[in-house]
Amino acid sequence: MSDPDPDAPADTGYDEWADALAEGGYYIECANGHGNLPPRRVCPDCGSTDLSEEPLPDVGAVATFSEVHVAPSGFGEEPPYVTAVVDFGPVRVTGIVRELSADEIEIGTAVRPDVEHNDATDKRLVVFRPA
Amino acid sequence: MTGVRVAGVGLTPFGEHAGRTGRDLFAEAALAALDDAGVAGDDVEHLNYGNFMGALAERQGHQAPLMAEAAGLRCAGTRYEEACASAGVAVREAVRAVRSGENDVMLAGGMERMTNLSTAEVTESLAVAADELFEVRAGVTFPGAYALMARAYFDEYGGGREDLAHVAAKNHANAVNNEYAQYQREITVEQALDSPAVASPLHLFDACPITDGASALVLVSEEYAEEHDLDAPVAITGTGQGGDRAALQDRTDMARTPAAADAAAEAYGDAGVASDEVDVAEVHDCFTIAEVMALEALDFFDPGEGIGAARRGDTTRDGDLPVNLSGGLKAKGHPVGATGGSQIAEMTRILRGDHPNSDAVPDATVGLTHNAGGTVASAVVHVLEVAE
Repeated sequence: MSDPDPDAPADTGYDEWADALAEGGYYIECANGHGNLPPRRVCPDCGSTDLSEEPLPDVGAVATFSEVHVAPSGFGEEPPYVTAVVDFGPVRVTGIVRELSADEIEIGTAVRPDVEHNDATDKRLVVFRPA
Repeated sequence: MTGVRVAGVGLTPFGEHAGRTGRDLFAEAALAALDDAGVAGDDVEHLNYGNFMGALAERQGHQAPLMAEAAGLRCAGTRYEEACASAGVAVREAVRAVRSGENDVMLAGGMERMTNLSTAEVTESLAVAADELFEVRAGVTFPGAYALMARAYFDEYGGGREDLAHVAAKNHANAVNNEYAQYQREITVEQALDSPAVASPLHLFDACPITDGASALVLVSEEYAEEHDLDAPVAITGTGQGGDRAALQDRTDMARTPAAADAAAEAYGDAGVASDEVDVAEVHDCFTIAEVMALEALDFFDPGEGIGAARRGDTTRDGDLPVNLSGGLKAKGHPVGATGGSQIAEMTRILRGDHPNSDAVPDATVGLTHNAGGTVASAVVHVLEVAE
């Protein structure tokens, strides 16, 4: 199967959000304090349309993780790789963990976000590095 | 509001059907269901059809009219797509159509072809059910997503891989006598534990297989069943659907499935049945951890107690609440867009007494089916009861 066209329509804020992870990143906060990731026009928690960008906390804690041994075709990452959901307080973010093996990660491990380019898909790849 | 009876059920054997088209598979199930019902195809007023990845696997979209044609129906059809809950939603909407008085005879079910793709391609196709921006691009596969949930569950409630291995062994044991099951063979807990890792902590035998197959049900109004003197003792008395945030990262608790809990609450309320009145259940065990979380969402076990259910024998065929007597998705197979219909077909057979495992629950009068989409961003629950 072929990958989606890299010249496909814009991601309405996703690419900008991912690029910003290199400088620490941001999240969307609504008037009632609910955190979410872009793109958003409305808060899914309360319906507020009063949304602002807030800086992502510098360091997050691994909330859960898995060492993936079977990767999709067309995805650049060679298995095994470790995918993790990381808790940054107002939001959680999913990505691939760098510089730590699965044996070196546990729930609570501190990491910081970063972004790489996935050559196979020509898309941004969210990654985490040891804090 | 009229009652809804399951007049007939039809299944293809689940497994690998190399060289057969999806339309051929669905036609087999549909014709079997019509034959089982004793209902003429010309009486079917609408086809509700579930399919998830046909556009990827067969390069075939717009499948509903194609499937109506293949089944010899001269009526319109609608495709329902809710990932692995596609057929569950198709059945639910058929139930609603009959109840409303709009239709007296509906054909509902689904079909999926998967084995013609490579494992990597299936992995990629199933991942489409996850959040493309925030999960798929970040390397989350379908097994990977359930692995994230499994680890979150272990962290919150305890339990481990051995508990999950008991779920796999139980469901394989149930599939041995089921002629429609993909794997009609037992496995041991040790074999499950020793199988290769797919996405830690989940191993190969924690996962359902890649499967081709189709399911079909003939649903009729009570009035139609009576007028045509149909032998249709099983009624669908409750239906419910729940939804949740698509991405795991956006859920409050990654070890719970509130969409299933909401669907169950609605279905129980609709049927006027309490969870402790359910005699037997078919739940969506695409991965062993999914069965555990389903048992808790369906209010059969308290949070943290579902993990030990198979190991304790609570959910084995001789337990208080046999779960997945068909073999479940784990051993019966999981043609994703057909699964929700197949669960209701199996439950109907169990309650009618003509399932090979009906003898495990000879007095059962209330059955429940639970069909989940993606990482349970959607869920459909049905309550079936013996009406006469």
